[in-house]
Amino acid sequence: MGKKGCLGSYLGAGDMSLLDYFRSSKTSSASLAKERLQILVAYERSSVNQPPYLPQLQQEILLVIQKYVNVNCDAMTIKLEQSDNQETLELNIVLPDFRRV
Amino acid sequence: MARIIVVTSGKGGVGKTTTSAAISMGLAKKGHKTVVIDFDVGLRNLDLIMGCERRVVYDIINVINGEASIHQALIKDKNCNLLSILPASQTRNKDALTQEGVGKILEELSKDFKYIVCDSPAGIEQGAHLAMYFADDAFIVTNPEVSSVRDSDRILGLLSSKSQRAEKNDEPIKEYLILTRYAPERVKSGEMLSLDDVQDILSLDLLGVIPESKSVLTASNSGNPVILDEKSDAGQAYSDIVARYLGETRPHRFIDGKKGLFRKLFGGG
Repeated sequence: MGKKGCLGSYLGAGDMSLLDYFRSSKTSSASLAKERLQILVAYERSSVNQPPYLPQLQQEILLVIQKYVNVNCDAMTIKLEQSDNQETLELNIVLPDFRRV
Repeated sequence: MARIIVVTSGKGGVGKTTTSAAISMGLAKKGHKTVVIDFDVGLRNLDLIMGCERRVVYDIINVINGEASIHQALIKDKNCNLLSILPASQTRNKDALTQEGVGKILEELSKDFKYIVCDSPAGIEQGAHLAMYFADDAFIVTNPEVSSVRDSDRILGLLSSKSQRAEKNDEPIKEYLILTRYAPERVKSGEMLSLDDVQDILSLDLLGVIPESKSVLTASNSGNPVILDEKSDAGQAYSDIVARYLGETRPHRFIDGKKGLFRKLFGGG
């Protein structure tokens, strides 16, 4: 009984690792971790370097736009880019499709 | 003039104190007069890892407040007479650490020592800030794990903006990666971030990889830095790191791990 249990768990473990082996080539938890990290770190790096007034600025611009056009806050991104000799404030707004309205 | 090294990570429990103890012992063993400072005021632990907890009389706050001289507070290491330890205070508030006070202590120690290793507390508050503020080199201790990598990236941002070198527009702090608790088998099976994954995000100079090892716990149990356990994998990995930092070329080890029977037979990995 004891021996059989041992053998059973051994085979079970073998099955698992074999299954994992095929599965790992598709979406391993490590590659998921890396993907999540890359997105997060890129976002945090850009937000750490941004001036503190930027979120407020974005909020107020959005309010002005919403007076005229029906957009939600997901439809707008604001980005401040710095190069050697100039700073660019990039505002990206996705407007709704007028033809349907 | 001394070289000031900060051992930092942001996240707690990744191996900062283990690394500080090992690195400072390694530098001293190589013949360089070294002092290691615990910046974790209120939660000191370097004294335990170095095995000198019963010889602590004065601490860094006593020195800052003028209650003791720096030489009264320094503890000579029991294994190596080129190594000294400056403990943190266990009872005081962490705000007792001031930038001016720390600056004076480092200036004083710079006259006597070749390397000053600053063991940073976790987090990004005053203690961590002052541990990194005066640094020339930063050893970023990271685990192959999402929260640790994220916090390391945050610390890198602070090193490049909130340090003396950044404020004075001097040459930036040199940043090195030490990847700890690495388990090559788990990396192979896709359940742990690989060295390359971590480097894709942090892209730092790699000082070395410390494998997950039982010897780290046994070393701390006995109060001897793990680098003194020359037979252990972690001890050897730290020796490599010290040698590389001092300019020796050593091939990286402990990244691939041992090949298992299954992979040997079927040629996987």
